[in-house]
Parts: sequence; C-alpha cells; structure tokens
Amino acid sequence: MMAVRLKELPRRRYGQPGNAACPGCPETMGLRYLKMALGDDAVLVVPASCISVIQGIYPRSGINFPILNTVFAAAASTAAGMSAGFRLRGMDNVKVVVYAGDGGTADIGLQAISGAAERNDDILYICVDNEAYMNTGIQRSSATPYGAWTTTTVTGKTEQKKNVPLILISHGVPYVATASVGYPLDFIEKVRKASQIKGFKYIHLLAPCPIGWRFDPSLTAKMAQLAVKTGFFPLYEYYKGKLTISPPSRPFRDPKRRTPLIEYLKLQGRYRHILNDPNALKRIEEYIDEQWRWLNLLESTNGH
Amino acid sequence: MAVKVLTGNHAVAEAVRLSRVKVVSAYPITPQTTIVEKLSEYIEKRVMDAEMIRVESEHSALAAAMGAAAAGVRAFTATSSHGLLYMHEVVWWVAGARIPLVMAVVTRAIGPPWNIHVDHQDIMDQRDTGWIIAMAEDNQEVLDLVIQAFRISEDPRVYLPVMVGLDGFILSHTSAPVDVPDDTEVDSWLPPRRQPYVISPETGLVMGNIAPDEEYFLMRYSMHKAMEKARDVIKKVDIDYGETFGRSYGGLIECFMCNDADYFILLTGSWAGEAKIAAKKAREIGYRIGVARIRFIRPWPREELLELSSRAKGVLVFDRSISFGSTGQLFSDTASTLGIGSTSMIGVIAGLGGVDVTAEDFLSVSLKFIERVEEEGRVYEPVYWHLPERVRDKIVKPVMPLSRGDS
Ligand SMILES: Cc1ncc(C[n+]2csc(CCOP(=O)(O)OP(=O)(O)O)c2C)c(N)n1
Ligand code: SF4
Ligand SMILES: [Mg+2]
Repeated sequence: MMAVRLKELPRRRYGQPGNAACPGCPETMGLRYLKMALGDDAVLVVPASCISVIQGIYPRSGINFPILNTVFAAAASTAAGMSAGFRLRGMDNVKVVVYAGDGGTADIGLQAISGAAERNDDILYICVDNEAYMNTGIQRSSATPYGAWTTTTVTGKTEQKKNVPLILISHGVPYVATASVGYPLDFIEKVRKASQIKGFKYIHLLAPCPIGWRFDPSLTAKMAQLAVKTGFFPLYEYYKGKLTISPPSRPFRDPKRRTPLIEYLKLQGRYRHILNDPNALKRIEEYIDEQWRWLNLLESTNGH
Repeated sequence: MAVKVLTGNHAVAEAVRLSRVKVVSAYPITPQTTIVEKLSEYIEKRVMDAEMIRVESEHSALAAAMGAAAAGVRAFTATSSHGLLYMHEVVWWVAGARIPLVMAVVTRAIGPPWNIHVDHQDIMDQRDTGWIIAMAEDNQEVLDLVIQAFRISEDPRVYLPVMVGLDGFILSHTSAPVDVPDDTEVDSWLPPRRQPYVISPETGLVMGNIAPDEEYFLMRYSMHKAMEKARDVIKKVDIDYGETFGRSYGGLIECFMCNDADYFILLTGSWAGEAKIAAKKAREIGYRIGVARIRFIRPWPREELLELSSRAKGVLVFDRSISFGSTGQLFSDTASTLGIGSTSMIGVIAGLGGVDVTAEDFLSVSLKFIERVEEEGRVYEPVYWHLPERVRDKIVKPVMPLSRGDS
C-alpha cells in the first residue's frame, strides 16, 4: 500500500458550502476525507445522527455522495442489502459505505453490525465517534468515556468507553482499523486499503465535537491529535489477523513520550468537573493502559 | 401450469421463485419459518438465481430488503407477529421511501401470553404505514397474490410496498392443491423490475434527508394519492391475471352470494370459508346473507362497500383483532365508509388467538343480529364479543397472563 500524499489528493470540494454542520464539525471533516479517498464510486448509507442533518435540506444536499438514509438501528443491514443488490446487477465496482455515529454503532445498531460482520457482508462501515448522541443534544452513549459530562451524565459518566473495534476484531472480519480526523492522510490510506478488500471492513474514526465536548471550534483537529498523542485513542489496523500500530501512534506506545493526559482533558469543558479529582483522572489513565494492554496482547499473537 | 399440493408457505416460496426475486432477507418466526427454509433451499440449490441474506433480526430483514431494492433489484421478506412489530419502524421507512417491495405476513396473535395461532392483530397494526395490504383466503390465492403484488408494487402509478397476508397454520401449514404457472408464463406476465429511483453513483441521488415541513406534508399527500390510484391498478391486475392464468377474484373485495343479499358478513382472511358455508345454510332456512371478503385492507374498498350497503338491511363485520378502547379495525373502517345510522351494523370480535370460528358460529351470530334488526328497526353495536363458550362465564373478574409454579 502506497502512502497517501497530500498533493495527489483530489482538489474538488466535497463538503459544499451550505451544508448544515456546526463550525468545526469533525463529521464533515471525515466526510470530506472519505470522498477524497473513495472518489465517485461510493454510495453512503446513513442512519439517524448528525450526518442526517449535515446533508442539508431537500431537494438539495450539501454532501457530494449518493446517500440512502435509513433508520437508526439498521445501517449495517441496509448496506448489506444494497451491496447484494449491486453485486447482482454486476455493479461490483460500487462501494457501499456506512457512515454512522457512535450511538448508531455502539448502542442501537450493534446487533445489526454484529450480524453483518458475522456474515462478512461486503461493506465498509465507518463509525464516526464523537462520543455521545449529538443529534439529540449531547446524551451519553456507550462510547462516551469515563468522567465525561453529557446531559444524561451531569456529574460525569461512571462507566468506561465501550471498545467497538475490539468487538469487531473478535468477529474475525478481514479489516478493522481506528483513525482520527486529526490524521487525514492516515484515515484516507485506511479507507483506500479497506475498500480494496472484499468482505466486512470497519474503521472507527475519532471525531472530537466542539459542541458536545465543549471546546473552541478552531481546535477540532488539534483535539483529534491530542487524543492520539496522549495515548487515549491509539491508531492501529488489524488486517489478515495481524495488528499494526499506525505511524501517528507509534511514538506513544511508550508512556513516557505521551503528552500528559491533562493537556487533552483541560481543553474540554465536559471534563471540567474532574480536572481536580485524582481518582477520576486515575481511572482515565487506567483506561488508557487497558487499551494498550489489549493492543500489545493482540500484537504478541501476530504471525502465530 | 401444473397442479402441486402446497402449504400456504410453500405457495409463497413458489411465487417468490416465479417472480424472479433477486434478494431474499428474512428471519425465522413461527408460523412464517417454512417460507425462509424453502427459499434458503431454493437459493442454495440454485433453483433460484438469488441471494439470501440471513439477517440477525426482522428489523434488519426489512432494512436489507430495502437496501437491495434501492440498489435496483427485486427483493422480498416475510414475517409474523412479534417479528412484524419488531420491524415496524422500517415498515414505515420503506413506504415513505416509495420503494417497491413485497412482504408476506403470516398472521399470528401477539403476546403476552405467548400464542402462535392465527389472528389479525399483527397485520392490522400496519394499516397506517402506507403499505398496500392484501389478505388471501386460500393457498391458491396466496400464490396468485404474491405474483400480483410485485406487479402492483412496481406499477409507476403506485410505487408502494405490498404486504400479502395469509393466516397462520390455517393456510401457512395446511396443504392444498395449487395451480402453479410455468416460469415462462409468469415471465411474460410480470414486467421486468420498475422502480422510481436507484441510489447509485450514476444517479447521485440522496433519499431521505430532512425536508421542509410543507414538502414533507406534500410527500404524505402523494403517498395517499398513490394509494387511491392503486385501487384501479389492483382491479386491472386482477382482471389481467385472470385473462392469462384463468383466475380473477373480484378486485378489492370478493363477493359471495351478494347480488340479492339483505345482510352481509364482512371479513378478511381464511375464515371467509366458514362464513360462506354459513351463508349457504342461511339460504336453506330463508335468510339471504352474502359474504363480502375484504381482499385489500389498504387501499380500503370504499366504493365497493358503499355499493353493497346501499341495498343491505344490515352488515355484520367480523374482526379477528381489536383496537382496545375502540372497535375492531375492519368495523371502524366500515362504519366510517357507510356512516353511522345509515344501515344496521354490528362489530363482532371473534377468533382471537386462534380460537376456532365455525360456520355455526357465523350462522348463530348472524341470525341473532337479523332477529334484532327485524324487531328493533336499526341496530348499531360497534363491539360485540363473541367469546368462546369455555370461558364465557369467567368474564366477571379481570384476567392477567400470570401463572404459578407448584412450589
Ligand atoms: C429508533 C430511534 N430512537 C431514537 C432516535 C433519536 N435519535 C436520532 S439521532 C440520535 C443520536 C445519534 O447519536 P450518534 O449515533 O452518536 O450520532 P451523532 O448524532 O453523534 O452524529 C438519536 C438518539 C431515532 N432517530 N430512532
Ligand atoms: S454537534 Fe458536533 S458532530 Fe454534530 S454537527 Fe455539530 S459539530 Fe458536527
Ligand atoms: Mg455521536
């Protein structure tokens, strides 16, 4: 796989002026990169989420993708059907891509994804993870991290973030990766690689949301990078049974090289109430250790 | 054409095969399961050139069928009871998306308590979704309706999904001789797939993003108009099918001994068979009762019923379902069509949870009603519970679905 170079990317504007996203919206960034990666041969399946709003108002659309909007819990199955439809029409070149939120993935849609993954349906599923239900106004999801304020966890979430990529790895699908909107080239490279593979592909894209996380909208990309640099959100891919830590995350495998966690948390209003709570901070550190423990464990089985 | 002995469910499977469906996606539930099994077998053995998506739930079953149909191929699913309820959100979505699709609904009661036997509560719960809803009386009609359903659904004047209901066990698991047309006959009768749009890179279309309220309203109006147009399409398809295959059923309703009838039994589904026997017996004792069998619950056969009732002294509506706190669903539609006070009407709730309703039941309820009409002049009784004899004396206290172990 060739590394993606900036100057080779298409220059067309894919997220168009007039789409309905908030300033600094990470989901729109993801959509733009997705289009750069896939070009014109892709169809999106979108369940209820901010993405259903971002498209803008009928009869126009602010996103240059053909889109089948679908119900909240059935993005993966809708896409599975579409992919079968195109295959039966001899249109195998068309890539069916789900672009769904963390709620539509980790919570209400988990059953449908698990089904599609187990059947190895030929789709690329991208979970754009802003760590809460943003469409309905910032409620917790199972992908909301420990400690974070949401409107349904006003004193901070008491459970850790659900690890969906690991769940999918355990389904034995051909390709699972994590990505961050702070590292577009890495994401684009992963999308391109995944789209060449037959079967079920999953990319979990971290998407810091200025509205829900309470930070300045100019900081989206920085926040997405800090999540990686603090080790909180490791970037990796799991392909053909082999785990590889992705280049942006490699330096941070070593805890000593990581940016201190507090640098990431203090920029986000949703963590304000725990910044001085050593126990809460310790629990987030433990979560980070746990992530890396799993990755090291998986990596240790490479090539066996 | 060949006569085969088929269960209702296998008649569905034959019809799906003959309609050259490309994607089947379904999840098992009694009494629909043998449809899924048969179609899986057809597809695995390449009797059918199609793909089977073995989904993990009914919600996904219909979503996958919708995805396939939106990509441009003929798709099918089938379910029952709790499966249909679980799928309900997607039922609405498919109709709103105006995606032609066919689903068989093997009608069954809804729990609790668990009950796998026939009633119509599940399919009646779908009346408002924008699907065309047909109900068969026998296995032959099951096969014919499924084939016709594709033609109706894919007609450009309609472009709405179609449900074909068949009664659990009574039809689904009971074998009867069925005329099965040849592949080539169906090929020339059923046009190739037509649909309003395909979502693909070529079309670049987006289905379902937010619309202004007024446009949303207009889309709902347009669905209703399509449903109204479907009346003619259904009638023409029925006639046209008859010309090719020798069987027509009368369009939205089938009328049995209606021409000179003073009273009508109005109902839907397989128990029409018993009602027809009752109508014949009534003649023998001097009462002219006809049976108006609703073949299409949606679009509702408004004109047909007005026509019939203009000559009738009374209408008995038999519902195998109830809208608690209101009436049986067929009754409320009938009353809104005929107008309260126009003709005598009674809404009979019977046969829930698979309780047998025989010709004797139909006859005795009908005669009692006739007697009252002749005596009182006009009768209007929206809800009349025809409870099974065994439990009739237990209605004095509330009943809940609770049991106890022997501890
Ligand atoms: C069955 C159902 N339940 C609830 C909703 C309401 N709803 C719409 S979007 C949404 C949250 C979406 O959260 P997520 O998937 O994380 O996407 P985001 O809005 O964050 O992009 C909810 C709860 C719905 N549309 N459908
Ligand atoms: S709430 Fe967040 S994810 Fe949703 S549109 Fe606004 S910035 Fe984007
Ligand atoms: Mg979210």
